[in-house]
Amino acid sequence: MDLSTLTYIFVGGSFALYFGIAIWAKAGSTGEFYAAGRGVHPIANGMATAADWMSAASFLSMAGLIAFMGYDASIFLMGWTGGYVLLALLLAPYLRKFGKFTVPEFVGDRFYSTTARVVAVGCLIVASITYVIGQVKGIGVAFGRFLEVSYELGLIIGMITVAFYAVLGGMKGVTYTQIAQYCVLILAYTVPAIFISLNLTGNPLPQIGLFAATSDGTAMLTKLNSVITDLGFAEYTAQKGNTINIVFYTFSLMIGTAGLPHVIIRFFTVPKVRDARASAGWALVFIAILYTTAPAVGAMARLNLMNSIQVGEVGAPDGNLAYDERPQWFKNWEATGLLKFEDKNGDGKIQYYNDKNKEFAAKAAAWGWKGNEMVKVDRDIMVLANPEVAGLPNWVIALVAAGGLAAALSTAAGLLLAISSAVSHDLLKSTCMPEISEKQELLYARLSMIGAIILAGYFGLNPPGFAAQTVALAFGLAASSIFPVLMMGIFSKKMNNAGAVAGMLAGITSTLLYIFAYKGFFFIKGTELLANTPANHMFGISPEAFGTVGAIINFAVAFIVMNMTAPVPAEIEAMVEDIRIPKGAGAAQDH
Amino acid sequence: MSDHDGQGYWAANIRLVTWLLVVWAICSYGFGILLRDALDTMVPFGGVGLGFWFAQQGSIYVFLALIVIYSKKMAQIDADFGVRED
Repeated sequence: MDLSTLTYIFVGGSFALYFGIAIWAKAGSTGEFYAAGRGVHPIANGMATAADWMSAASFLSMAGLIAFMGYDASIFLMGWTGGYVLLALLLAPYLRKFGKFTVPEFVGDRFYSTTARVVAVGCLIVASITYVIGQVKGIGVAFGRFLEVSYELGLIIGMITVAFYAVLGGMKGVTYTQIAQYCVLILAYTVPAIFISLNLTGNPLPQIGLFAATSDGTAMLTKLNSVITDLGFAEYTAQKGNTINIVFYTFSLMIGTAGLPHVIIRFFTVPKVRDARASAGWALVFIAILYTTAPAVGAMARLNLMNSIQVGEVGAPDGNLAYDERPQWFKNWEATGLLKFEDKNGDGKIQYYNDKNKEFAAKAAAWGWKGNEMVKVDRDIMVLANPEVAGLPNWVIALVAAGGLAAALSTAAGLLLAISSAVSHDLLKSTCMPEISEKQELLYARLSMIGAIILAGYFGLNPPGFAAQTVALAFGLAASSIFPVLMMGIFSKKMNNAGAVAGMLAGITSTLLYIFAYKGFFFIKGTELLANTPANHMFGISPEAFGTVGAIINFAVAFIVMNMTAPVPAEIEAMVEDIRIPKGAGAAQDH
Repeated sequence: MSDHDGQGYWAANIRLVTWLLVVWAICSYGFGILLRDALDTMVPFGGVGLGFWFAQQGSIYVFLALIVIYSKKMAQIDADFGVRED
């Protein structure tokens, strides 16, 4: 069967499954819409959390980042998994004990302040909307490539799919579709990785293949290092960034992960406090399967890519692939514009090397090379192109398409749910119109979901200039605002309303200003205060890594303001003591 | 709050969490980043060594183990202090 028929079968089949689940798991109450009736088994919730968490960025972009960053990409591997330890040990059990539906609701009650609640809603919406734009883009790209429709049409099909099951099923429908989506995406990620690891190293486990020897006896990573350094690139396994930035960046991703509202609300769906603890562990099990495979995928994809272009000895007349003999995958990706070749020296052969390395460029000039001819190799295509580059069967490629779509859809649905529950529950029901009935609130929850989908779709069709920066921004915002306020709410009995509000505002503002200073105010080109280069960064800390500093500012400002303002009322101190004790979590459900 | 030792429970909890976070920091920031080169030199394998392994594989397994240990130990502490959910 040809590739496009297989792709339609795999993608169509997985979508039929999601729709079926949505109809079966329709939400009938706000409890089901916001928290799936708190009846989700911890393993099921762990799987749903994993799908919720692993976005198009994890599925499509991360292995590409690893392939081109090498060791330095450990930032993402450790940052995006280490946050689950913080979530399990510091936040999830207590927030589940608190027993409400949204993150701003906790902030508002704990800090006895509607202002705090509204500020938290603001932080949540800004962080979630910026994040969802990236997902929507991923949906458009994946549909465009695999269903051979335009980006715009792909995006609209994707948004209608999400709208159908998220609006109908709420948290309940989203949870069960996410479980199905997890199964699809993890198969799609690991199957090609196993094939490629077998091909290169003879070991089926990519986690072991990464450190195994290739057929000629040299270690895979040694080979990769020599292949790329021979072409003037930096060594794959060497550290390139400065250590302070790596530490701050990793920490920022860790606390950002723990503070992302769409992940936190998943822990409101389990029956008990101890289920919340266990569920964070299960979530990490399911995430770790992909995250420990990704480094192997990245390294092996890079090696395969280099070897398929530099087919012989570097510098030898027949060492480079002739453009006319380029394989089918090369042509497919050229058509999308994500891969671009330019025959600079007119010899009809492809020279792919690092022409920014002056020493090597001089050597290359002696061979008649006139600059790197692979003028564009988009990092995001690595996972999608990988099975084709490695020559795997068509059904594997079709499976990867279904997996990429599952990853983008599941995260988009989770984010939209976090946004709609914050709007309907925290803004409408609790702040603006408290008199509405549960039925009306459920209706408003569905309407705000539709609103969020339309808004996300609009930004997807008219991407603002900053679309590429959005993920880093979302983590920075969550790290500098939501994580610290939740920590202080649980671990300090003395933190008061004024301290919390001042801390959140100081954290989020300082982080935004630092990002804007290097990337332009509201990402408008030309308004940067300083060029975004490591030499200009404060202590070498890049804007993406600034969430850590923002969090420190948040804590510091909160404690200073707390000491200057009225102490916490006694009943709030009692409430904090109650949150810390697991007993009685069941009773807290009805409110 | 009268039928159990709330303060003792919280202190036991904080002690456990502190130890686990120390291990968390040593394995990721220590072994994976700051001590990476030293570990690679001491235990080389696969063209790199233990430091690189911790940065791209080992730390994730350690994170997983930490959550499992926390979950198990907390269940025990809950029971010891009589605050277990019914």
